[in-house]
Amino acid sequence: MAKAGQGARRGNGLGFSWYNPRVRSVIYQAAVLGIVIGLVWFFVATAQQNLERLNISSGFGFLDTTAGFGIIQTLIPYTEQSSYGRAFLVGLLNTLVVAVIGIALSTLLGFVVGVARLSRNWLLANLAAAYVEIMRNIPLLLHLFFWYFVVLRPLPGPMQSLEPVPGVFLSNRGLILPEPVFDASALAFLSALILAIIGSVFLVRWSRKRQLATGQLFPAWRVSAALIVFLPALVWAIGGAPFHLEFATRGSFDYAGGMRLLPEFVALTLGLTLYTAAFIAEIVRAGIQSVSRGQTEAAAALGLKESTTLRLVVIPQALRLIVPPLTSQILNLTKNSSLAVAIAYPDLVAVFAGTVLNQTGQAIEVISITMAVYLTLSLLTSLAMNWYNARIALRER
Amino acid sequence: MKNPLVALILGILIGVGGLYFMLPYEPATRGAREIQPEAAPVTEGAQRVAAGSTLQRVKRRGFLQCGVSQGLPGFSNPDDRGNWTGIDVDYCRALAAAIFDDPAKVRFRPLSAKDRFTALQSGEIDILSRNTTWTMSRDTQLGFDFVGVIYYDGQAFMVRKASGITSAVQLAGATICTQTGTTTELNVADFFRGRGLSYQVLSYEKNDEAISAYDQGRCDGYTTDASGLYAERLKMKNPDENIVLPEIISKEPLGPAVRQGDPQWADIARWTLNALVNAEELDITSKNIDEMLASENPLVRRLLGDEGAYGQAVGLEGDWVARIVRAVGNYGEIFERNVGAETPLGIKRGLNALWNDGGIMYAPPIR
Ligand SMILES: N[C@@H](CCC(=O)N[C@@H](CS)C(=O)NCC(=O)O)C(=O)O
Repeated sequence: MAKAGQGARRGNGLGFSWYNPRVRSVIYQAAVLGIVIGLVWFFVATAQQNLERLNISSGFGFLDTTAGFGIIQTLIPYTEQSSYGRAFLVGLLNTLVVAVIGIALSTLLGFVVGVARLSRNWLLANLAAAYVEIMRNIPLLLHLFFWYFVVLRPLPGPMQSLEPVPGVFLSNRGLILPEPVFDASALAFLSALILAIIGSVFLVRWSRKRQLATGQLFPAWRVSAALIVFLPALVWAIGGAPFHLEFATRGSFDYAGGMRLLPEFVALTLGLTLYTAAFIAEIVRAGIQSVSRGQTEAAAALGLKESTTLRLVVIPQALRLIVPPLTSQILNLTKNSSLAVAIAYPDLVAVFAGTVLNQTGQAIEVISITMAVYLTLSLLTSLAMNWYNARIALRER
Repeated sequence: MKNPLVALILGILIGVGGLYFMLPYEPATRGAREIQPEAAPVTEGAQRVAAGSTLQRVKRRGFLQCGVSQGLPGFSNPDDRGNWTGIDVDYCRALAAAIFDDPAKVRFRPLSAKDRFTALQSGEIDILSRNTTWTMSRDTQLGFDFVGVIYYDGQAFMVRKASGITSAVQLAGATICTQTGTTTELNVADFFRGRGLSYQVLSYEKNDEAISAYDQGRCDGYTTDASGLYAERLKMKNPDENIVLPEIISKEPLGPAVRQGDPQWADIARWTLNALVNAEELDITSKNIDEMLASENPLVRRLLGDEGAYGQAVGLEGDWVARIVRAVGNYGEIFERNVGAETPLGIKRGLNALWNDGGIMYAPPIR
């Protein structure tokens, strides 16, 4: 990499010549890169200059100044005295919590519906088909409006809350659950749980090894499940409950305390989940159907049970086709969560690109940060999914 | 391995160089030029006005672009045929009358509270006349100039009568609905924080959604400028079941704003507002304007352009105020027509009465 050799080497080998296709292609690519850099530079400089001319504040210093407004759902401590930067984090976490829960639920539901659609049970298959057709043909915004305005809004007021289960209150202010508060015995309980899980992992590994060596089957999954349920239960029975529930109490306007799921949160999560699950179901169905019948027949000929065939033969092969489009759906769900503003859920777009942008007037900075966040989330998701996809990819032996 | 490196550097140079000649101007040089002491600010200012002052742009375009609300009765509200009415709307008409001698030469651009500032910053509108509170940060950090106060307001709360609440301090623990991107959002936080009371605030992007959320019981209270409360109450299922609490928790001087950097345009906007108030003070109305043109009162003669050249000083015609008053009347007429006792809002002049009539509406003299 010594710079000194540069001049001397010019004439060597293929040489630095326009007729050298490698040199030419590098020049072309570099020219494009140069144009892109130049354009970005031009736009940044122009924007800066215009902002200065119009006397609009710029820079990222505003992130440290006091926000001064309240947010209805905060997963980390936040008060009006907190900074705009903190408000950004609150918004980001609100987006993430919806995205993570939405992804988990829609993937689960999508797999169930996708498999159900292939079921030999006529009713089940048609119910699943109807679900897919209805859900994916309604625009997402209408899903949100339906849950928010049609289902959750008309619930009774907080003082007439429904109480489906003692301690659980449902009103137009949301769903209030008792809050679990951990007690001293929680440690023992947690240790038991972790121990049981570790034990199960070893059990499953051992049984698989034994099966490969001797062909003997051991009901490892069932034993593990029992272990995970009964060991902690035993500790609970001996040491007492690991937590107690704190119930919400009636305040002057509403119940106070407890765990509250806001109607805005529930509507957004439900809408995103049900909508995305329909697409995932189709992806799962396509993936399963792409596994050739010969594979299933071969498995049957070997005497494998139907469930075992599904688990060991069909799913592993289908997954390879499912994962890439599934990634797109996961990305979509995350990005679609920005429709939150329509129903006043305080996500990143509502809090940061909404209130903070308006209060500071720093549109360029705020929008750039918001875009960077969605880009980063998307890239991280893709990265994780690509890694998973590579892991399950077909390995020719 | 050196060849690609040379090619890379060469390519980037070609790319950037090509761009340099293609783009209209090169930013870095321009910045440098501005630092040079010779570039006297006066010349630069003059150049800019000559190159494209807002007034010239508006005249060339043939109409004024006026940013208003998406629908706030009494201030800026479209009817079902798209005709706008309201104080803020009439102010823009006055401006159009002063420029074009035609109050109809204005297009209204409905803006949400959240989007209004970006619209003004980016030049999408020439003036923001949208029940906007004049605050220091908006005046300084957003790059605006507020040209005056068209309505002195303050924030208040509305609750359901049935709740039995009679004072805002009883709202501890309540959920309050409001609109994103307003001073309202900040004042409500100040109010509860200052008193150490707990509360929850639910901010909607669209005002109509905030109203309906409150109306359907999602919130215990709704808050905005007091004038807004009277206006929004009209939109509710049963307006009479709601009351406005007596506390006024903030100062909300509402007024038009323009972009900083065009002093002539700011002057036109400022003096149009002042002319409306001065006309009321001198009892010049849309009805008596023609008689007033023959008045011997020097104050009236100056205002209507019979003496002096005040309109010309801001790039308008000498009869600019006569045009304004003929088109929309004076401030008092605008007030009574849109929010006064005879209207569904029925708001009293209060603070907005003239200074010599018990209020604080006071315009610097035109002389
Ligand atoms: N004066 C306050 C509040 C202005 C405001 O936006 N008020 C709301 C509630 S009255 C409004 O006008 N909404 C009508 C709309 O969004 O079109 C401010 O400047 O921030």
